[in-house]
Amino acid sequence: MLYREAGQFRTSYAEDGRIFPIRQDRIGFALLLLVFGVAVPLLANEYWLKAILTPVLIFSLAAIGLNILTGYAGQLSLGSAAFMAVGAFAAYNFILRVDGMPFLLALALAGLAAALVGVLFGLPSLRIKGFYLAVATLAAQFFIVWVLVKFPWFSNYSSSGVVTAQEVVILGYAFVSPEARYVLTFAVVAVLALAAKNLVRSATGRAWMAVRDMDVAAQVIGFRLMRTKLLAFAVSSFYCGVAGALYAYTYIGTVEPEGFNLDLSFKILFMIIIGGVGSIMGSFLGAAFIVLLPILLDNLVPALFGNALGAGFVSNLQLMIFGGLIIFFLIVEPHGLARLWQIAKEKLRLWPFPH
Amino acid sequence: MQFFIEVLIGGLLSGVMYALVALGFVLIYKASGVFNFAQGAMVFFAALSFVGFQEVLPARFGLEAGSAAVFWLSFLLAFATMVVLGIATERIVLRPLVNQPPITLFMATIGLTYVVEGLAQMTWGANVRGLELGIMDEPIAWLMDDYGIGVSKFDLFAAGVAASLVALLALLFQYTKVGRALRAVADDHQAALSIGIPLQTIWRVVWAVAGFVALVAGMIWGARNGVQFALTFTALKALPVLILGGFTSVPGAIVGGLIIGASEKLAEVYVGPLVGGGIEGWFPYMLALAFLLVRPEGLFGERHIDRV
Repeated sequence: MLYREAGQFRTSYAEDGRIFPIRQDRIGFALLLLVFGVAVPLLANEYWLKAILTPVLIFSLAAIGLNILTGYAGQLSLGSAAFMAVGAFAAYNFILRVDGMPFLLALALAGLAAALVGVLFGLPSLRIKGFYLAVATLAAQFFIVWVLVKFPWFSNYSSSGVVTAQEVVILGYAFVSPEARYVLTFAVVAVLALAAKNLVRSATGRAWMAVRDMDVAAQVIGFRLMRTKLLAFAVSSFYCGVAGALYAYTYIGTVEPEGFNLDLSFKILFMIIIGGVGSIMGSFLGAAFIVLLPILLDNLVPALFGNALGAGFVSNLQLMIFGGLIIFFLIVEPHGLARLWQIAKEKLRLWPFPH
Repeated sequence: MQFFIEVLIGGLLSGVMYALVALGFVLIYKASGVFNFAQGAMVFFAALSFVGFQEVLPARFGLEAGSAAVFWLSFLLAFATMVVLGIATERIVLRPLVNQPPITLFMATIGLTYVVEGLAQMTWGANVRGLELGIMDEPIAWLMDDYGIGVSKFDLFAAGVAASLVALLALLFQYTKVGRALRAVADDHQAALSIGIPLQTIWRVVWAVAGFVALVAGMIWGARNGVQFALTFTALKALPVLILGGFTSVPGAIVGGLIIGASEKLAEVYVGPLVGGGIEGWFPYMLALAFLLVRPEGLFGERHIDRV
């Protein structure tokens, strides 16, 4: 296609172990970072930044979290929204109750709080697996939301349970405009995504994959199941927790525990399935797809069928199309968008002279 | 003590209603290894179709509203709808996904949930409807008078329906050719295929039977709480029942339902006030979770042996 890797030789282990071994890929990735980190906030309008790009980034982070747990370590979880809730409310309380708490530290602490809760609810994974574990994680989903609703301390005794996120201030600069919030989100997500990419390529990631593929075999060859599985739960919940805190602070601003319901958990699960299970890249693609699809349907369905059908009909039709598309995707490409991207890349490498 | 017994019986009987929903899950999981998340949506769809036909038949075809003919005709039509839905699911969703990992199939059924929910409300509208089965939700008089224990006639009726449904299914599994084929498929897909059992026919039968169970569950739940969107959440209540009883066991679904129902009501009444109430929402899950730590395969589930 546009480039070949001919002539680029890897002469050291460090070079061989790079994320992007091909120079053009590195340039492309740097360009991508520049486009989304600098050009987009300068050029995109407020609606796109606020309603599409920021949520896509935040959900990508949550999807990376779930992907680490489900895609890499093989532990199916239906409670990711609850861990997001832990992150959001932990960040809120840290900033509220500790004087002069820096935002980024609060973000990290929120992630750690979620990780702690995640380890707690990951304990059953040592005994049970598969769908039994999925249902067990539902316990986390319902229990955490219930705790956050039932004990008003978490929402600072707000009568409705709704909390309003404090202003985000880093080094005296207040992140108020959509552009600033987007850039902050982008920076956090980019750093964490890169960390995740490296983590899953490391010994830890390989241990996760060994456990995913067959935990008994992994145990036999010397992986410590307890440590590996609980670490997966901890890291995954950390990512979900940070995503939850960002969700509250840079996206919607006011959160309530019920906002982090089972539907959101399913949404994140859809993201990794459609994007690609066991792929960091897929988490981004899936999040973009799931965020954009309803918006697309919102605009497309009335345009195609007119407004004569009524709002109820249209929303039901959207529901059906959404479900239908998910089934369609699963049938056509069970490995998700990331796999499609990989196939396209391999085809394009040889195009237009495949021989 | 009276109060305790009353709560216990009420819980056990509502557990039966959970078991009815769980039964649909077990049937499909046993026969095809698919964890059918859409069961709740199917319950909703079935109940809505039944009520819908009950409205449409008198209006369009001049049948007498509320007559036995309308009731049974609606029942048959709703059942037919569920059979068509089951066959369509097998053909459109499951067949292309044969040999995919279970999580993919699970996700597909979540997608199916959205489709069925959308379809149900698109066809019949989103209004809450009442469903009349002719049994009053009132305490049985002599129990109330002599012992002071309130047991709802309706709950008792629901328990009776569930019991006869289980008996019917047990007979079907045990004594018919289809039932034997079903059990063979449940044991081992490949072995069943190799001795000439048509897998796809069996799957269709299972989805049709699950549709029937969904219809019965939907009618009973609908008569209790009204036919509304909240019916789809009954599926979630059935999940702890499932893990408690084991995914593959019909008696497990019943026993699990009873345990969940009873302990949930007792916990709400006796533990709930201590922590501020509303624990019904998560208590069954926590109970099931604690239980799983002791017996990871559920009460009656098949013991899983790991081999390298």
